Amino acid sequence: MPALIGLAFLVLPLVALLIRAPWTSMPELLTSTEVWQALRLSLICATAATLVSMVIGVPLAWLLARVEFPGRGLVRALVTLPLVLPPVVGGVALLMALGRNGVVGQWLDSWFGITLPFTTTGVILAEAFVAMPFLVISVEGTLRAADPRYEEAATTLGASRFTAFRRVTLPLIAPGIAAGAVLAWARALGEFGATITFAGNFPGRTQTMPLAVYLALQSDPEAAIALSLVLLAVSVAVLAGLRDRWMTAS
Amino acid sequence: MIDNTDNTNNTASTASTANIENTENIAPGDTADGNTAAGADAGAPAAGGLDARLVVERGAFRLDVALTAAPGDVVALLGPNGAGKTTALRALAGLVPLSDGHLRLDGTELDRTPPEARPVGVVFQDYLLFPHLTALDNVAFGPRCQGASKAQARERAAGWLERLGLAEHAGAKPRRLSGGQAQRVALARALATRPRLLLLDEPLAALDARTRLDVRAQLRHHLADFEAVAVLVTHDPLDAMVLADHLVVVEDGHVVQEGAPSHIARRPRTDYIAHLVGLNLYRGRAEGHTVRLDGGAAITAGEELTGPAFVAFPPSAVTLHRERPTGSSARNLWRCEVAGLETHGDRIRADLTGELPLAADLTTVAAAELGLHPGVTVWATVKATQTHAYRD
Repeated sequence: MPALIGLAFLVLPLVALLIRAPWTSMPELLTSTEVWQALRLSLICATAATLVSMVIGVPLAWLLARVEFPGRGLVRALVTLPLVLPPVVGGVALLMALGRNGVVGQWLDSWFGITLPFTTTGVILAEAFVAMPFLVISVEGTLRAADPRYEEAATTLGASRFTAFRRVTLPLIAPGIAAGAVLAWARALGEFGATITFAGNFPGRTQTMPLAVYLALQSDPEAAIALSLVLLAVSVAVLAGLRDRWMTAS
Repeated sequence: MIDNTDNTNNTASTASTANIENTENIAPGDTADGNTAAGADAGAPAAGGLDARLVVERGAFRLDVALTAAPGDVVALLGPNGAGKTTALRALAGLVPLSDGHLRLDGTELDRTPPEARPVGVVFQDYLLFPHLTALDNVAFGPRCQGASKAQARERAAGWLERLGLAEHAGAKPRRLSGGQAQRVALARALATRPRLLLLDEPLAALDARTRLDVRAQLRHHLADFEAVAVLVTHDPLDAMVLADHLVVVEDGHVVQEGAPSHIARRPRTDYIAHLVGLNLYRGRAEGHTVRLDGGAAITAGEELTGPAFVAFPPSAVTLHRERPTGSSARNLWRCEVAGLETHGDRIRADLTGELPLAADLTTVAAAELGLHPGVTVWATVKATQTHAYRD
């Protein structure tokens, strides 16, 4: 019985969303420019954040999985911290680091004239900050499961460490990277707290879908429901894709 | 090369001094001597080939093994699990650093050279073929890393696959290959970098018994064709004796004995080796049940074969008589002379020369009853059913 309650607790809200959905006015709601703007921005930013996470997250995962160094446990804890950190705190922290008066941000501003907060780039950074740990953890796990002796075999054939990684390890852990990237992408797509804190809420520039949903809920609840359904559909699609491609395959 | 059939210097004195030099079994062109760990360090390195003293310390374990070999030699490191054989191999490949000692290959110091820059090829125990690449691309990997263009590398790889009889499997992914095929792809991949030192870690351990016989015979021929030094690690004395012409027995990180396989079998220095290398092994040509050895003697074997073959039987299968036995059912009978006797536990291993050089195990009681001592003439019998012949 508690199990059924648990199930109902998780499923009921989603069903309610479907029940209350303004199906008749849906096409109209979803074709408004604001919605498209927000959706487009969300997809672009989440994808960019995922790419950023991959470029700097995969080497980090490799470091954690393959290289013994003092303080590795501490580094891993720091990497996973954003997973449990309230996103708003992440946003504040990003402001302190990269804001106009931030530790690094003030130099970016005065030397290069680069301003990150309240820009689309800021959205991408905020999302990457929150989403990258998912990718790192996933890739690190895959790397640990992958046999490091393949890299050794590659070096005995004359491959440098980098070549061995690129031509042997990377293809072997590709499924793990893909799974991690999807997780990170989904997390980035739904990111709210860090984004609104660090990047604000400017339609067309930093207003992503979750921000649009929240805002619409106060002025136009029907639009909020419609937007929510779009996000729900995307999430379900991701889950289905994950299961078919990676979870059953591995 | 296994050369058990040549003459022994049957005047060799008893075993205590006999292990160091043993000219009887040195293969042609083989400049390796019977040096032990301490001796090889001082020995002048051959112009080509391998000259190494490998010292690796890991916690309480210390490996200290000296290895010398001339180009064309096949050296087997034989020993129980945990003896440090694989560590020695990894040190040769550069996968573990040397704590001390030296490593010279064809006169070049390799101690500090990273593995990717060493002219060393490795066939790993479970082959470690890259699962995402085809057999062809696995073999092309090395040439590619050495700077060949993709087309050149593939051409070279195709040549190696052809040589190893794998041309039709070039496009197959490793998981579609049988154990024997995977082993040959791994060998082709290691050889494609044109190594000056080929290392094989338990090359036959991953194969089932049936495949093993075929692969062993093939591997023997490929190793014989290989012009540089080959070092293989195995815990199987038969593999070691068939594949190598020089055996180095390693126990607890140290060399306990080395020399030609037949020599070690007949004059084991420790109980452990006596137990481990308890095998008389010969090469010849089979015709039906008879295997005629290069030296003239013939052995009647349990199996029926035609063509080049090995025949083997354990020392315990040999029965000794002082008089020519009459009415013995044993199909094999040779007249021999006792060259040496060594006690191992409650058994004695007799080193016999004569028609057929062989090792025989008998109990101390039996040895006393026969009145065995060096110089005595004995008749050795072996039942055909206790010998095994297999294709070379």
